[in-house]
Amino acid sequence: MIPSAFSFYKPDNLQKAINLIADFGDEGRVIAGGHSLIPVMKQRLTDIKHLIDLSAINELKGIKIKGSSISIGAMTTQVELITNAELFKVAPVIREASLQIADPQVRNLGTIGGNVANGDPANDMPGLMQLLDATYTINGKNGVREIKAREFYEGAYFTAREDDEILVSISFNSPIGGYAYEKQKRKIGDYATAAAGVILSVDNGVCSSASIALTNLSDTPIYCSDAVSMLIGKQIDDSLLSEVTKSCVEQSDPVADQRGPVEFKKYVAGIVVNKALNRAFDRS
Amino acid sequence: MDDVKTPSSEERKSALSGLGTSRKRVEDARFTQGKGNYVDDIKLKGMLFGDFVRSPVAHAKIKKIDTSAALALPGVHAVLTAADLEPLGLHWMPTLAGDKQMVLADGKVLFQGQEVAFVVGDDRYAVADGVALVEVEYDELSVVTDPFKAEMENAPILREDIADQKEGAHGPRRHPNHIFTWESGDKEGTNKVLDEAEVVADEMVYYHRTHPCPLETCGCVASMDKVNGKLTVWGTFQAPHAVRTVASLISSIPEHNIRIISPDIGGGFGNKVGVYPGYVCAIVASIVTGVPIKWVEDRMDNLMATAFARDYWMHGKISATKDGKITGLWCHTTADHGAFDACADPTKFPAGFMNICTGSYDIPVAYLAVDGVYTNKAPGGVAYRCSFRVTEASYFIERMIEVLALKLGMDSAELRSKNFIKKEQFPYTSALGWEYDSGDYHKAWDKALEAVNYKKLREDQAKQLELFKSGKSRKLMGIGLSHFTEIVGAGPVKNCDILGLGMFDACEIRIHPTGSAIARLGTISQGQGHATTFAQILASEIGIPASDITLEEGDTDTAPYGLGTYGSRSTPVAGAATAMAGRKIRAKAQMIAAYLLEVHDDDLEWDVDRFVVKGAPEKFKTMKEIAFASYNQAIPGVEPGLEAVSYYDPPNMTYPNGAYICVMEIDVDTGVSEIKKVYALDDCGTRINPMIIEGQVHGGLTEALAISMGQEIAYDEQGNVMTGTLMDFFVPTAWETPNYETDFTETPSPHHPIGAKGVGESPNVGGVSAFSNAVHDAFKPFGLTQAHMPHDHWRVWKIAKDLGLHN
Repeated sequence: MIPSAFSFYKPDNLQKAINLIADFGDEGRVIAGGHSLIPVMKQRLTDIKHLIDLSAINELKGIKIKGSSISIGAMTTQVELITNAELFKVAPVIREASLQIADPQVRNLGTIGGNVANGDPANDMPGLMQLLDATYTINGKNGVREIKAREFYEGAYFTAREDDEILVSISFNSPIGGYAYEKQKRKIGDYATAAAGVILSVDNGVCSSASIALTNLSDTPIYCSDAVSMLIGKQIDDSLLSEVTKSCVEQSDPVADQRGPVEFKKYVAGIVVNKALNRAFDRS
Repeated sequence: MDDVKTPSSEERKSALSGLGTSRKRVEDARFTQGKGNYVDDIKLKGMLFGDFVRSPVAHAKIKKIDTSAALALPGVHAVLTAADLEPLGLHWMPTLAGDKQMVLADGKVLFQGQEVAFVVGDDRYAVADGVALVEVEYDELSVVTDPFKAEMENAPILREDIADQKEGAHGPRRHPNHIFTWESGDKEGTNKVLDEAEVVADEMVYYHRTHPCPLETCGCVASMDKVNGKLTVWGTFQAPHAVRTVASLISSIPEHNIRIISPDIGGGFGNKVGVYPGYVCAIVASIVTGVPIKWVEDRMDNLMATAFARDYWMHGKISATKDGKITGLWCHTTADHGAFDACADPTKFPAGFMNICTGSYDIPVAYLAVDGVYTNKAPGGVAYRCSFRVTEASYFIERMIEVLALKLGMDSAELRSKNFIKKEQFPYTSALGWEYDSGDYHKAWDKALEAVNYKKLREDQAKQLELFKSGKSRKLMGIGLSHFTEIVGAGPVKNCDILGLGMFDACEIRIHPTGSAIARLGTISQGQGHATTFAQILASEIGIPASDITLEEGDTDTAPYGLGTYGSRSTPVAGAATAMAGRKIRAKAQMIAAYLLEVHDDDLEWDVDRFVVKGAPEKFKTMKEIAFASYNQAIPGVEPGLEAVSYYDPPNMTYPNGAYICVMEIDVDTGVSEIKKVYALDDCGTRINPMIIEGQVHGGLTEALAISMGQEIAYDEQGNVMTGTLMDFFVPTAWETPNYETDFTETPSPHHPIGAKGVGESPNVGGVSAFSNAVHDAFKPFGLTQAHMPHDHWRVWKIAKDLGLHN
């Protein structure tokens, strides 16, 4: 398990990183926590000539909360997402989801930016960002731009980010209402067999706002827009939740792997969505 | 006047930390501080590295291997292919099972991950680049991964080298992909009983392919000293002496010029018994280059190419009277051996001790046939934390008991109890020819059922079933029962050998002048704690504190010849040799003491750590005094020094046994199971170190949990390994590991010098059945008879779905 040779750079500010990636084009790659990239490099499934480590760039780190608006630097680690008390107050679903990523060793190095930018449908954070309707800030030689998480993912490992751009931060508004992130996995450290996030606010039993997203149930994370439309303005009861669940499952399109066949994954998708809906409802 | 009070026998005994003491493991200080010395820690001057180009496909002709680009790379010294090994006669090597195996692909490849070329270079980095630059052209052939399809008329022929051979190492072959048929027992008698039986249960039980996956992968450092002609190989060898002999036979290097050293080994579990192409290539490369060569495989190599375990399709029929007395057992096994028959079994047992499959039961007549078959999968078939094919056998009979209980409408705990071999029947000769040495199965079973409150568990289960049926819960409760009998301690030279080497073992003891000692054995610890426990055996035998005894294993230049550590043979065989060598020491010590005390030998009696004159307790000589005397006194008729060696040929196997019970809760919608209780009662005869036994049981149960609940080596139809990393190959972490309750009964082996039977593998043997039976038991009310392992989420979900439990 030895990667092919590459040169290694550790710029100490964002502009240097942007310049490097602009110079190298598709021969360059930025590395954050490395948990996805290093294994594929070691297996020589990808050939990267220039590796640009973002870990020394302080401007990419940290969690900023202003009122209901939250911004998280791309190089913020998952353990920071879990332990930040202020973040937990304004967006507790992040801790619930982050605690279900891999294991403590991975979370000590794994970053939110790496997790969302890699475009791996098995990662939990892209689904969570659908749920939160987050916005990604991307910087490159052509300047800064913003893109909605719900428009970012094009296919497995294909995203709206260009090769010479760097995802620098993630922002979203504090979600209102009950929340839940439910994940079934085979063991600690595993990706989801199926996972679902739900945010739900309810006034007098009637759903006033909602968001539902799925992880590892298609080649991209899924925002369940149809299911959300079914919920809003309706009296919440078991039969509605089961209709909503059905709609989410219909939107899923998983592939068979060692976790099981498609039929099983769709069934479990229904289970995790329903559990998440109920838990979010209980918390609303 | 001597006013210092002599400590009592009890006090002196306890100071020895001998048999029965939970002595702390002496190995742990170095292992927990990172001071172990493993193969990959060995660094020699001028050492180069080697690694393999492996086949990406499962079956193909090799049209061309182009090594020129790799050889042109700076840092790459050599690339070996079969063509380079052929002049040395080393492109193929004999397997332990009487077959032969390609060292490097000779014209074709037969499984994904097969070794094709060996690249040697300055460091791992240069070698990895070199490996990537070797160009191999493959002409793909049809692949067969199903052993039943492999025996069909128009199946692709895998082993073209022996396609026309009608006779294999174990008798006639009926198809080019057929390896052997091995039979045991009374075929006609069994068929007659089955034909006439009141009740017959008939089931196919599959024990899937898995892998021992030791924490440390396989590897070696080979160093050929061209000046003195001596080859030294440090390697992950569970049987260093056997490796030396095999290396000498296949390389023509005289055996005295080969030194095999097994340093610290990070787990073996059977994976490190066999001889792998990496060892041969490293040795050849060292001979070619004249410098030491290191080869250490990575995790994916280990899972994909080194020895797997199980992969047995066991078709069984068991007959009984209406009231549950078993009358006969029939089993036909189709054994998937992969591309080469590289099982590590005693020579005369191509299916290992699968004929222990009558288990713990008094079955009057039985018949077993095993057909070995080639497929496009990795070779192996090792005993993964069990004696040879014993887990398969035990799982088979424990499933058949459950299936029979269903058919009889009888509680399977009662069915077991009704058919156990009774205490007074030991020594008991089974229908398939083994002589069980000792046991008290009823005592263990009753103790286990009482400990878990079996009756209450069944009541709880019934309540849970009611909740499920009334729609208040989606969970079912399963109670998994298992009683196993292992057969370990291979073994008696009269019927156990590996490549003609009798499976005795040895211990050599040297007492130093000041009364401490060194003992060397033919075994090798891979984490079992031999340095701790063998010293305890000796402490009790020769009265020297365990802490004053150094244990050494694994260096063939210094240790006495032995067949190594696997199949729970260390305690039954080398442990016995240790006790016997200790007794030789004591016999000589008695002569020395008699001379010193001026009495006749027979006037002395042994008392913990000294010889005492009978009737005169104030007259004695301690072992310490005797040891010194052996070095400084001229004793007429007695040679100086105090040393002994024992080569122990066990008169019989030992038969550890136990009763395991698991309680599990299963969510029928997600397929997720939660282990609520695991109770494991072991009877391993005399208990040397209860703490180490408990640790062994915990470890073995955890591997059993892994195997039954998710661990597998899976292939797709093209022969691609689907579980080549630890993401998909299940190794439980602390999170997935439940709490274990351990218990014991103690029925010593009558033929072993200290009555010990071995325990390290029992929990894997008994555990798999307990976990799997719990899953089956949960779905029993809905008509499930058999569902193959591993019971991972989707397969459990599939059981529920097929039984109509989903809405």
